[in-house]
Amino acid sequence: MSRIDDIFAARRRAGLPTLMPYITAGHPTLEVTRAVIPALETAGASIVEVGFPFSDPIADGAVIAGAMHEALAAGVTPRDVLAAVRAVRPATTLGLVAMVSDSIIERVGPARFVAEAADAGFDGLIVPDLDVDAAGTLRDLAANRDLAFALLVAPTTPADRIGHIAALCRGFVYLLARAGLTGERTEAPEVADRVAMLRAVTDLPIAVGFGITRPDHVRVVTRSADAAIVGSALVRTMSGPDPVGAARALVSELARGLEPLPDDNFSTRT
Amino acid sequence: MKTTQSPPDASGRFGSFGGRYVPETLIAALDELAAEYTRARRDPAFERELDGLLHHYVGRPTPLTEAPRLTEQAGGARIFLKREDLAHTGAHKINNTIGQALLAVRMGKRRIIAETGAGQHGVATATACARFGLTCEIYMGAEDVRRQNLNVFRMKLLGATVNVVEAGSRTLKDATNEALRDWMGSVGDTHYILGSVVGPHPFPMIVRDLQAVIGRECRAQCLEQIGGLPAMIVACVGGGSNAAGIFAPFADDASVRLVGVEAGGMSPRFGEHAAPLCHGAPGVLHGSLSYVLQDEHGQTAPVHSCSAGLDYPGVGPEHAYWRDSGRVEYTSVSDADALAAFATLGEREGILPALETAHAIAETLTRARTLASDETIVVNCSGRGDKDVQEAARLMAHG
Repeated sequence: MSRIDDIFAARRRAGLPTLMPYITAGHPTLEVTRAVIPALETAGASIVEVGFPFSDPIADGAVIAGAMHEALAAGVTPRDVLAAVRAVRPATTLGLVAMVSDSIIERVGPARFVAEAADAGFDGLIVPDLDVDAAGTLRDLAANRDLAFALLVAPTTPADRIGHIAALCRGFVYLLARAGLTGERTEAPEVADRVAMLRAVTDLPIAVGFGITRPDHVRVVTRSADAAIVGSALVRTMSGPDPVGAARALVSELARGLEPLPDDNFSTRT
Repeated sequence: MKTTQSPPDASGRFGSFGGRYVPETLIAALDELAAEYTRARRDPAFERELDGLLHHYVGRPTPLTEAPRLTEQAGGARIFLKREDLAHTGAHKINNTIGQALLAVRMGKRRIIAETGAGQHGVATATACARFGLTCEIYMGAEDVRRQNLNVFRMKLLGATVNVVEAGSRTLKDATNEALRDWMGSVGDTHYILGSVVGPHPFPMIVRDLQAVIGRECRAQCLEQIGGLPAMIVACVGGGSNAAGIFAPFADDASVRLVGVEAGGMSPRFGEHAAPLCHGAPGVLHGSLSYVLQDEHGQTAPVHSCSAGLDYPGVGPEHAYWRDSGRVEYTSVSDADALAAFATLGEREGILPALETAHAIAETLTRARTLASDETIVVNCSGRGDKDVQEAARLMAHG
């Protein structure tokens, strides 16, 4: 069992959904990245997505793209991100998942990238711009190192393709709550129908992201999904003074949206 | 439209290149576009309407013009120019935008977005949208807005909204990012008219097919005017749409040598050119696997060319396939040589080419000398140079 599998299983046994905050590595500095990961664990996160800064992040909205460009301007490289994770790994039991463009993976080489990510202490990979028709190689490499490998399912994904995507995933499936980009919204997304479609084709935990910014959003999506992902709201918070303190405060507040699962729901999902 | 047996395969691959490296949100729209395109190609009414527009609105066929004084200066093969500069809006870009606007209308999408670098594709898109009554928003990098202000005004006159992109390097690649981002939030009612043979499948195929009218006309004109096929065809390559358009119909003619010319910029050093096929390596950018200019970490490299239309770190996946298969030979021409050719074509033939096109003219002068006087070399005169005279004056003053 990989660490990601263990985390979801433990949360289910405890009758609680999971919070998965996203940070952009190197934003605002690599020191903050190393300090904030243990702080997020204290605040109630179970898994953290660590974004690799990329020059052309087409899936990300202005907040995360801006954070990536700042980190790149400061000279942050994928090697630095791996080093930061290696440094922080002994200080946390969180699941750490790399969110990384396939542009970076292709340049480094898929086999080498997976090996280095696993050696650094990553527990999984999310590649938001991977060509699903060519995902098999990377999936097998991830499987050989017992890493989670999450592909994205969109609100626009046709029903027949959902099963194909879910079958390629290991660890969890990443469900996009909305079309469009990562970014903050006021209203909670309606995901119950899409989650039900996914449940019909996979037993993997389902994590929902894009546009989740408040405890009530977390509460609404985790009524059906296993995990809520929070990205832009956290990255924006970390742009101000005391990024670690602000991140801890926001994630603590969002964790209040993690309500105990109803018993019947719990039993059907174990 | 003529059906083609050439690649890509069903998953959008030209050999190992191409594909769909985009967020899942866009896949449904790409599937919809591919399906509609397949239907349109089998629909005689679509072909009739497109052919009619290309003839009566765009002004096709464009001439194949012999260039006797350029031939005399080069001293070798007879040089002919395929005159895309004479197409409506002054470049080949209109062939693609008219075709894609027709597809958008068929899909019931009334809002159009596009990226532009030099502004030529933006102008051609705004033109097609005005013709069909479609809402048009163009994304353009702030740096390009500064360099190509005349085209910004042209787009506005044509009724388009121009969104200035301040992110990243503030050029074509960043405008492309923003257009893709817009599309992710608007796929339901919006069609993205990509301007070159780049991006995720089916764009490289659709844009090539729409631009292949250049090569089909050229092939027929060669047979009629010179009594046979040319020995060589030369075209400039940024994203590669004018080159793909003239090359594709000759791809099976083994006797015809095909030469693609990239922007050599100031030097072959990292960051000083825009020649991914000459100096780059396979990688992923803007939705496809092709040759790209990146640093060792996969970050997109800075690029440079005197020509805004070639100032792009990627290239279409079919060019990558042609490069590796050896079907097309790719080389590069420096800023200085392109500027000299820009002036030469004006002086010798009374034709001011776009700075992009001037790269192909420069290479043609070199290549013509290597061929016999009874052989023919065709260069794709992909655009007119009016948009560039101010920039050329500035560069020549510094030269």
